[in-house]
Amino acid sequence: MTGSLPPAAAMILGALLVPLLRGRARSAWVLLLPVASLVLLVSAGEGEFGRVSIFSYELTLLRVDGLSRIFGLLFHIAAFIGLVFARRGGSALEDASALVYAGAAVGAVGAGDLITLFVFWELLALSSVFLVWARRSERSYRAGIRYLIVQIGSGVILLAGIIAHARATGSVAFDHLGTETLGTRLILLGIGIKAAFPLLHNWLTDAYPEATYSGAVFLSAFTTKVAVYALARGFAGTDLLIWVGVVMTMFPIFYAVIENDLRRVLGYSMINQIGFMVCGVGIGTEMAVNGAVAHAFNDVLFKGLLFMSMGAVLYRTGTTKCSELGGLYKSMPKTAGLCIVGAASISAFPLFSGFVSKSMVMAAALEQNLDVAWLFLLFASAGVLHHAGIKIPFYGFFGPDSGIRTKEAPTSMLIAMGMAAFLCVFNGTFPTWFLYPNLPYEVTYVPFTRAHVISQLQLLFFAVLAFVWLRLSDREPHELPSTNLDADWFYRRFGAGLALTAGGVARRLRNAVAARTVVAAGGAIGSARRYMGPKGVLGRTWPTGTSVIWVAILLLVFLLLYYANTPFTSALPPP
Amino acid sequence: MTAEKMAARKGGAGGRGHYFDDPKRWKRLIAILFVVCAVVFALDLLNPLLKRISGFELRHPERGWEGFPGFYVFYGFLAYTAIVYTAKALRKGVMRDEDYYDR
Repeated sequence: MTGSLPPAAAMILGALLVPLLRGRARSAWVLLLPVASLVLLVSAGEGEFGRVSIFSYELTLLRVDGLSRIFGLLFHIAAFIGLVFARRGGSALEDASALVYAGAAVGAVGAGDLITLFVFWELLALSSVFLVWARRSERSYRAGIRYLIVQIGSGVILLAGIIAHARATGSVAFDHLGTETLGTRLILLGIGIKAAFPLLHNWLTDAYPEATYSGAVFLSAFTTKVAVYALARGFAGTDLLIWVGVVMTMFPIFYAVIENDLRRVLGYSMINQIGFMVCGVGIGTEMAVNGAVAHAFNDVLFKGLLFMSMGAVLYRTGTTKCSELGGLYKSMPKTAGLCIVGAASISAFPLFSGFVSKSMVMAAALEQNLDVAWLFLLFASAGVLHHAGIKIPFYGFFGPDSGIRTKEAPTSMLIAMGMAAFLCVFNGTFPTWFLYPNLPYEVTYVPFTRAHVISQLQLLFFAVLAFVWLRLSDREPHELPSTNLDADWFYRRFGAGLALTAGGVARRLRNAVAARTVVAAGGAIGSARRYMGPKGVLGRTWPTGTSVIWVAILLLVFLLLYYANTPFTSALPPP
Repeated sequence: MTAEKMAARKGGAGGRGHYFDDPKRWKRLIAILFVVCAVVFALDLLNPLLKRISGFELRHPERGWEGFPGFYVFYGFLAYTAIVYTAKALRKGVMRDEDYYDR
């Protein structure tokens, strides 16, 4: 039983107290919240809770089933590890927004209907942007604004889709949606933005590297994985997603090779890993969806571990640029070792977690005779080894000595990284102890076959051999301070240029018109100014984003009031 | 090389050398890699022989072409090389100065 609070509310409401606390009290409080929330989730058991009617629609505030439960567990683990990591130097603002953010993620995967999903969807965006802004630099401020625009945009498209869908079907239930109607297609697009679909992906590689050293750890855990969950819930078996997923695994690997900022490399790496999940969701068989979910689980842990190791480097050295790093293993040997565990996990070496989950998606592809897709995924696996398996640890910690000498990461960071590393090895070595039994469908897949172990070792070690050959013969791309143009050029340069030009034209036009108008109707302007001038009521700008935020906040308040009033003591049977 | 850099190479104030300061350690690591690569490749070359003699397969392929001895060996090596060369070509098209968007 959940008592009187759903899990999501524990972290969100608990976050309100954070600014009042300091030092150890704050640490204890923020670490207690995810634990308490986890207890609420686990004790709830499976079922649907908190049914309410609002605007004549039936809402289900919490639905716990095989699919939502494992994401819920995952988000609690990620929140706890991230908050341990953030103990050193993290501000109250970061703690509070991380807690709201984690709560929103838990709430979103627990949402049994689309309206509740939308509310948490927007809360994800609003809470997470502070993890970027908390860096308190001009760059992070601008990146945060861009991030927020895209994230809120995703929510607006989602909302439009939900409205169209609700009008067409009269239902806001969040079950399998398919892509037959305009409404569900819009919903897919809204989710696709958060899942970093190709060409819609740059918000991720733009904002994550500009976040604080602990902020990026939280960011990597929640937003995209909520999107993967939403895809698995609503769009499993959509053929289009197979190829969207394949493209996502492919193109980021080339960008990751030439990217200089190692946290941005990890951003591209995230898109690559989400590609495997999206592909699995697209295949849609039980094994494929299991694989996608298992990989999401493992990805949060190993990607979190890699982001934490780079966060520790940033904390100690102030940079994560390849061209400025190298030889850090001398100062930070433990961080380097933990980073290697994350690198081995994402590269899917046997006994590390990627090995037991990524291969499920690939095996499912072969089972469905998707041989070409399978070949691409295999190609992308070699790419993962390059940018995440070798580039991150090698150029971060072992490459040519930069002369930087610093201290080992603080103990709290090492503990957090140690927990993530332990879980990577644990899931990779004993997948049947925790990971497989908690997947949405029964697992028949056996990861440790001779064929799989041998072929994987061949693929990986010969890819490493290729690295050694290229490196020794000076054919590896050099680490250069640079910016690489990507799809974001269209809005950061082309679109911005267009807007500025249009603005210039409009200004000239207005000046010309105004000049004539002044002559023609001088007096009328005075009265018009009172209402429509810069200080007039009608003259103020009211961007659409503002109203969306207010709608989201109002809905949130409304839902929270329902949390407070609705007894959660009786589990209602599923419809 | 300045004395300062020399000291840094040797591990700063303590003067203790670090593990990979010695190029021999890198060479040893690469030698181990060669051995591992040779072993995993040999398994694939052994496979058809074993199958003919005893019917036992070290790795049973899902598809015919995947059973080609050394399929994963070549795929891994070539994919990696192709990725690096493609990325270097990509750089010619997309690389700009670090402050490109800040100007």
